[in-house]
Amino acid sequence: MNEKIFNDFPQLKSGMIYFDTAATSLKPLSVIEAVNHYNKDLSSNINRGMYDKGIETTELYEETRVKIAHFINAKSEEIIFTRGATSSLNLVAYSWGLNNLDKDSEIIISEQEHHSQFLPWQFVSKKTGAKIKFIELDRFGRITVEAFKKTLTSKTKVVAINYVSNVLGYVNPIKEITELAHEVGAIVVIDGAQAVQHLKVDLKSLNIDFFAFSGHKMLGPTGIGVLYGKSSHLKVMQPFEYGGDMNEDVEKDISTWKKAPQKFEAGTMPIGSVIGLGKAVDYIENLGIENIDEYTKKLSRYLCDELLKLEGVTVYNPYSDSGVITYNLNGIPAHDAISYYAEKKIAIRSGQHCAKLIHDFLGIHSSLRATVYLYNTLDEVNTFIEVTKKAIEYFKEIGF
Amino acid sequence: MNLDNLYREIIMEHYKNPRNKGLLDDERYHKIRIKNPSCGDDITIQTLVEDDIIKDCRQEATGCSISVASASVLTEIMIGKPVEEALSLAENFLNMVSNKEFNHDMDLEEAEVFSGVKQFPARIKCASIAWVAFKDSLESE
Ligand SMILES: Cc1ncc(COP(=O)(O)O)c(C=O)c1O
Repeated sequence: MNEKIFNDFPQLKSGMIYFDTAATSLKPLSVIEAVNHYNKDLSSNINRGMYDKGIETTELYEETRVKIAHFINAKSEEIIFTRGATSSLNLVAYSWGLNNLDKDSEIIISEQEHHSQFLPWQFVSKKTGAKIKFIELDRFGRITVEAFKKTLTSKTKVVAINYVSNVLGYVNPIKEITELAHEVGAIVVIDGAQAVQHLKVDLKSLNIDFFAFSGHKMLGPTGIGVLYGKSSHLKVMQPFEYGGDMNEDVEKDISTWKKAPQKFEAGTMPIGSVIGLGKAVDYIENLGIENIDEYTKKLSRYLCDELLKLEGVTVYNPYSDSGVITYNLNGIPAHDAISYYAEKKIAIRSGQHCAKLIHDFLGIHSSLRATVYLYNTLDEVNTFIEVTKKAIEYFKEIGF
Repeated sequence: MNLDNLYREIIMEHYKNPRNKGLLDDERYHKIRIKNPSCGDDITIQTLVEDDIIKDCRQEATGCSISVASASVLTEIMIGKPVEEALSLAENFLNMVSNKEFNHDMDLEEAEVFSGVKQFPARIKCASIAWVAFKDSLESE
């Protein structure tokens, strides 16, 4: 990593080793300054104020929509701003799922899913009587097209899976899955929260129906996320939330809604965060997402290989395709191990990472997860490995 | 190192040899199970109360050493105590580990070894779970 990148991320100055990007990424100065500019200099609402600052705010807000559309190769009217991936997936479940499924429908999902994908569909299943079916994972926890084919039937109405797993780091074969799902008339809802910071996402080519992600995992601020939806779906879907700005005409007996995406953006949005997200996209595009992915993969490959050399470590995803490596120190509960890393100023995550079903699949209660990203270095990985060795010794010594 | 304040010998001893482990299929017992989904802890506490005295207290715990040891220590301390005293002990313990005001004069017996937990905010929950479940089991009487 070069000096410039180090200086772009003020959070790194504390000397902490930050290996928890899968939870939330660090934020570069350009993003921070854009959010500050909104709060300090503009502080106006959008689509309302007919004064200079109101107009500039609206322009910056809509500029981000165009940037996002370009970033994932979609049209800007297909880009809805939400609170995050969770809220995007809930929007689809409530607004599409509850209105299009019944007891004869089937929803295909996987044990890899983050709770923000699994729980909304479990809720829809309970409400509508639709049946949830799980793709059988291979022995490494991967989704294969072959296994997917076995769950697909003429009753399948929704396929809800992730692009990149937040626990195992696999890139799932969503293009092939989408083609097959469309053959039976099902829609495909993809959780892209761990994908957009690594992969060039091309929604035209992927042809999926809905795509959800969060700003804060791709260098942007918290409180802002995106739902992409195909225009044909958005046009006929009911709003998820009702309130100001999403309506066209309001009458005592009946009201009408704006067109998408405004139909789905009720009330005052997190405007500063949207503007900041635009700068996050700029940052990624300036470096080049392919370069980021190549750098990250090299680093995580090295981290994984070094971990595999250690005695007393179990790595659950030696074939990770991204920056995520999930493991345990044998015989040491993850929550004990994490305290050692924290003491050494290394930030990783322990627990179930909001994905309990994959832990059941792996037959464990919890795990440790280290994620590397563009601002991490080989030196940091070496320190991490040394600390891991010392942790194993320490816990052995005190009786684990 | 700082962590030594957390991993005291008595805690490790309870972690490796947990006391009063295993639940009973007995309707007279009150049972509370608490899971912590963020870390995977899964703790069940069972209490038997007769004449306002805690006649028995059992536990089944999976999770980190702190949560397992804390369940074990809890059961040992509580058996034989009057309910009222047990509740105030539990309250005091919870205050101690979460770095709140607590009564230093109250004898927490072996549970004193968890006093170091307050230096590790991320571990307060681990030490607390069994004690919260214990209180709930008495309050569900
Ligand atoms: C794969 C995946 N999906 C969804 C989410 C939810 O994102 P958010 O909490 O920002 O809504 C996360 C983040 O934890 C994730 O990793």
